[in-house]
Amino acid sequence: MSSRRSSRSRQSGAARISDDQIADLVSKLQQLIPEIRNSRRRSDKVSASKVLQETCNYIRSLHREVDDLSDRLSELLDSTDSDSAQAAIIRSLLM
Amino acid sequence: MVLSSSSLSNPDANSNLSRKRRKIEPHSSARLPTEAGRPRWRTETEQQIYSSKLVDALRHLRRPESPDSTGRAVRETADRVLAVSARGRTRWSRAILAGRLSLRLAHIKKKHKKAAKPAAAADSRVKKPVVQKKQPLLQRKVKVLSRLVPGCRKLPLPNLLEETTDYIAALEMQVKAMTFLTGLLNAGASSAAGSSLADQIQYFSSA
Repeated sequence: MSSRRSSRSRQSGAARISDDQIADLVSKLQQLIPEIRNSRRRSDKVSASKVLQETCNYIRSLHREVDDLSDRLSELLDSTDSDSAQAAIIRSLLM
Repeated sequence: MVLSSSSLSNPDANSNLSRKRRKIEPHSSARLPTEAGRPRWRTETEQQIYSSKLVDALRHLRRPESPDSTGRAVRETADRVLAVSARGRTRWSRAILAGRLSLRLAHIKKKHKKAAKPAAAADSRVKKPVVQKKQPLLQRKVKVLSRLVPGCRKLPLPNLLEETTDYIAALEMQVKAMTFLTGLLNAGASSAAGSSLADQIQYFSSA
């Protein structure tokens, strides 16, 4: 029973403290999203809802980019792998 | 336990303190993924390390399956190498690595279950559709975000936001590194003469 009480108080206590934390983190997140960073430079006027929305969109677009790049890389790897000279050059460049 | 011998020689308070300190430090860093964690993704060194690890992993990948699946295989490899680079410090990275194992097991189990109970699978997917409409707008967006970042579905909001900032930085690095690799391979594939290849590689490495 005491563990239940302490976990409850921890939850509500954490919720009280982290309101400021949340606002701080949302503003940090804001800085990362190029959509928001470049268009509106008014720091406080972007709503949390908009930040979250843009974050989701941004992550989805990044996922799509990685997918596209993966497809392209897979095609290129098939063609390049046969030529060892190019593979050696790439290897030497990266390591 | 080797510690017992040392604790006998040292006063208990000291060893307890040092042990407590050690316990607290990783705990706090787990709660607040440090500021230092994020700039790490942005350094060029990190990107180069990732690129070389990715190339290594991709070269070992060479299993000519159907041409459609190699794209996905590359994506999974890229995600795995990215998650490994996080060195277990973030939840999303651990979830990616853990998820691949459980996904394979679940896939095998699903194959067996599908033959037996097709209805059950449909049931498990549909989870309380009515409740979602009544949730406030912000809460819904948080939920969507939590689904996008791996392993963060049940995370409280501040932790979710921390994971998100790190995840975004990591994704951006992943995109940069893969773009760089694609450019390299493109240059290699397109140009026949050795000198022009070297020029193009020079260009990409300085960018």
